[in-house]
Amino acid sequence: MLLTILGLSLVAFWVGRSAGNRFVATTGQVHSLPGYHGAFVAIWVGIPALILLLLWLLFQGSVIDGLLLRSLPDALTEGASAARHNLLISEIRNVAAGLIFAEPAPEITAAAERLQRWGGIARIALAVCLVSVMLLALFLARARLAPRFRARNGVETALSMFMIFCSIVAVLTTVGIIVSLLFEAWAFFRLVPPADFFFGLNWEPQIAIRPGQIAGAGAFGAVPVFLGTLVIATIAMIIATPTGIFTAIYLVEYASDRVRNVVKPMLEILAGVPTVVYGFFAVLTVAPAIRDAGGLLGVATSPNSALAAGLVMGIMIIPFISSLSDDALRAVPRSMRDGSLAMGATQAETITRVLLPAALPGIMGGVLLALSRAIGETMIVVMAAGLIASMTVNPLDSVTTVTVQIVTLLIGDTAFDSPKTLAAFALGLVLFLVTLGLNIIAITIVRRYREQYE
Amino acid sequence: MTDATATPTPHYASSEAAAARRRKRYAADRRLRLYGITAIVFALGLLGILIATLVSSGYLAFTQTHVRVDFPISTENVDLEKPDKGNYRAVMREGISALLPEATSPAALRSITEMLTNNTQFFLRDAVLRDPEVIGGNLSLKVPVADPYDQLYKGLIDRDTPEDRRRLSDEEIARFDALVEQGRISRPFNAGLFLNADSRFPEIAGLAGAIVGSFYALLVCFLISFPIGIAAAIYLEEFAPKNRATDVIEVNINNLAAVPSIVFGLLGLAVFIQIFGLPRSAPLVGGMVLALMTLPTIIIVTRNAIKAVPPSIREAAYGVGASKHQVTMHHVLPLALPGILTGTIIGLAQALGETAPLLLIGMNAFITSPQGGLMDASTALPTQIFIWADSPERGFVSRTSAAILVLLGFLICMNAIAIFLRQRLERTW
Repeated sequence: MLLTILGLSLVAFWVGRSAGNRFVATTGQVHSLPGYHGAFVAIWVGIPALILLLLWLLFQGSVIDGLLLRSLPDALTEGASAARHNLLISEIRNVAAGLIFAEPAPEITAAAERLQRWGGIARIALAVCLVSVMLLALFLARARLAPRFRARNGVETALSMFMIFCSIVAVLTTVGIIVSLLFEAWAFFRLVPPADFFFGLNWEPQIAIRPGQIAGAGAFGAVPVFLGTLVIATIAMIIATPTGIFTAIYLVEYASDRVRNVVKPMLEILAGVPTVVYGFFAVLTVAPAIRDAGGLLGVATSPNSALAAGLVMGIMIIPFISSLSDDALRAVPRSMRDGSLAMGATQAETITRVLLPAALPGIMGGVLLALSRAIGETMIVVMAAGLIASMTVNPLDSVTTVTVQIVTLLIGDTAFDSPKTLAAFALGLVLFLVTLGLNIIAITIVRRYREQYE
Repeated sequence: MTDATATPTPHYASSEAAAARRRKRYAADRRLRLYGITAIVFALGLLGILIATLVSSGYLAFTQTHVRVDFPISTENVDLEKPDKGNYRAVMREGISALLPEATSPAALRSITEMLTNNTQFFLRDAVLRDPEVIGGNLSLKVPVADPYDQLYKGLIDRDTPEDRRRLSDEEIARFDALVEQGRISRPFNAGLFLNADSRFPEIAGLAGAIVGSFYALLVCFLISFPIGIAAAIYLEEFAPKNRATDVIEVNINNLAAVPSIVFGLLGLAVFIQIFGLPRSAPLVGGMVLALMTLPTIIIVTRNAIKAVPPSIREAAYGVGASKHQVTMHHVLPLALPGILTGTIIGLAQALGETAPLLLIGMNAFITSPQGGLMDASTALPTQIFIWADSPERGFVSRTSAAILVLLGFLICMNAIAIFLRQRLERTW
C-alpha cells in the first residue's frame, strides 16, 4: 500500500515538473520553479491518500470485529460481557489464521471463513479506493497548473500546515496523557471509592479470582504507598541537596579552570548513567553494605531498605541540583560579588551573605525540579525497594513507592478492567499531577522572585 | 566641627580582638572550601565505586569456560540422508562416556552430562549440519560448560567452604579437575554474549535479541521524532505568531520534558496497545513511546540551534528575494543542522537508557531467537538488564554487569560521536 502511494506520488511529481518545464519553454514567465509544480501535484496526490490509508487501517479492525459479532448467532453473544466478546473475536481470528487447538464450534468456523472473505474484500476495496482517490487528485491538480499559477505558495502552505500539525503533536501528547489517565482512573473510582483510595491505610491490591476466596478481598488505600514515596524522596533530597549546593559553590567560587573542566563533565556522567544501572548498583553493592553495617551495629535492617534506594537515588539527582545551582550562582552579576569582596568580606562570606540569597530562587527551583524527578523515578526503586506497603518512616525498613506499584500491577498479562490494572492508572494520575504541580511551582518561584538585574 | 588633631582613633584592624575575628572568618572560609571539596569527592567517589563495582563483577562474563569433547559421529546415530534428524543424544552420551573412562556408574555419567551445558545436543546438530563431512568420523567440539563449573573455573566458588554449603560436591570438583589436567578446559572470549539470544542458562545467554530490539526501537523513535521535532521547532521559532495558542504549545513542550517516564509508559499502554490494538512487546510501540519522550528534547535543541544562526543570514536571503519558507529551509536550517544533530544524538542516547516505559508496554518478553521484525515481540537492552538482574542463577550476576558495560559502551560511543560532531561542525559567528 505504502509503496503504491509512494510510486504514484513520484509519478505525479514527474508529471507536474514536466508541465512546469513545458511552461518555462513555451512562455518563459513562470511564477514558480518547475520543481514546485511537481511538488504541488505530488502533495495533492500523496497526502489525501496517506490520510485515507491511516484512517482506514485504524478503523478497519474494529469495524470488522463489530460485523463479526453481529453475524454470530444470538445464543453466543447475548448478555455476554465485553471480555467474552474479545475472547470470541480472538478465537475467530486464531481459527482463521490456522492456529487450532481444540475442535472449534461450527459457528466459530463459519465466522472464521467470513472473516477471511471480508479481509480479502477489505483489502481490495482499500486498494481500489486509494487508487481512484489518487487518480482523481492527479487529474484535478494537473488541471490547475498554468504558467502564472503560484505553485510555490501552495507547496509552502502545505508545509506550514504540516509544521503546525507537528507542533500540535506536543499538545496532543499532553492531552492524550491526561485523557487516558483520567478515563482509566474514572473507571477505577467507580469500583473503589475515592475516599478509600486517598485516605485508606491498607494497600493490598488483590482481586478475588473466585467468589468467597480467602485473602482475595483487595484494599486499595494508597496512603502507605504515598508515605513510602515521601520517605525515599526525602532521603534522596537529604543526600543530594547539600552535596549539590556545596559542589556548585566550590565550582563557581573556588575551583580553578582546570578543576572545573575535569569535574563538570564527570558530574554530567553521573546524570547520563541509565537508572537501571543505578538500580543494579543498589541491589548489588549498596543494600548488602547497609545490611552488613546494620548487622555490625546491631540494628534491624531490612534487605531492601528505604535507605539503600534513597541513597542511590540521591546520587542520581546530585547533578541536577549541582548544575541548576551553578547556573543560578553564575547569573548573579559580578558587580555584587566584587562589591562584597571590596568591602573586605572573605569569599565564604560573599557566598553565604550575598550570592546565595540572590541566587536562592533559582536554587529553590532546582531543588523542586530534582524533587519532582526523585518522586517520578522508577527503576532504582523497582529494583531496590520492596513491594509491601507499610506505614513507617524508619529508613531501615522496606517501603514501596507509587512507581513500584504501577510497574508491579501492570507487568504481565492482566485484564484491562480489573481493579488492579485500573489502580495503576489512578496512581499514575496522582503521580502526573504531583510532578506537574511541583514543576509549575518551581517555574513560578523562579519567575516571580528572581531579581532582575540590568 | 571635628577636631582633626584630636586623639587618633585606635586602629581596630590591628587589635587583638580584630585579629581573632579575622582568624575566625578565614577559618570559616577554609571550612566552606573544605565542604565543597568533600561534596565533590563524595559525588565522584560514588561514581568511581559504581564503575569499579560494575567492572569488577562484569569482566569475568566476557570469557566463558568451554570443554573440548570428542564426539564420534557414527552413521548408526546420524543418517547421511537426514542429518538433522539424527540421534544426537546418543552421540552426546558416547562422547561423554569417553571423557573420563573410569566413571561408569549411571549417577557418575549423569553428573558428567550435567557438566556440559543443557543444549549440547543442539550444538552438536548444528555443527554436523554445518559440516556434513564429519558423519562417520569424529567431531571435536568446544562446548560451553554449565554455570556452576564456569563459576568454579573462574574462581568464584570457594573450595574451602564445607561440602554441604557448596554448589558442587567434592566428587564433582575432582572430576572437573581431572578434565583440567587433560587439557580440555579453556576459557575463550564469550562471543555468545553478543551473538546468542536470551536463555534460562547463563552460560549460553546473550544480548543479540536485546540489541536488535533496542536498535529497532531507536530507529522508529528517530524516524518519528526527528521530522516532527524539527518541524515543530521551526514553526515555533520562525513562523508562529506571538499569541496565546503559541504560548500554550510552548508551555506544553516544557512540561512534557519534565514528566516522569513511567507516565509515558502508561500512555503507551492505554492508547497504543489498548485503543490502537498494536501488538504488545513490539519495538514499534516501544519506538513510538520513546519518540514521544524524545520529542521535547529535540524541539528545545532545535530551537536553540536556530536561535544561534545570526540574523544577517536571514536578511541576506530576504535580500535576494527568497520567501520566508525558502529562507528557513534553504539557509537557516542547513546552518543549524550541526547543533540539531548533536542534540538529537544526545536525546537518542537518553532514550536508549530508558527502561520504565518499555517495561510497561511489555518489551521484557522472553525471546529465545533474535530474528524479529518491527512487530514481533522482543526485548530491549535496558529491560534485558532488568530481567537478568532478577534471575536467580549466579552466572547472571556477572552477565548483568557485562550487559550494563555493553549499554554504557553504546552510550559512551553515541556521546563521543555527538561531541566529535560538535567540535568538527560547529561554527562560531
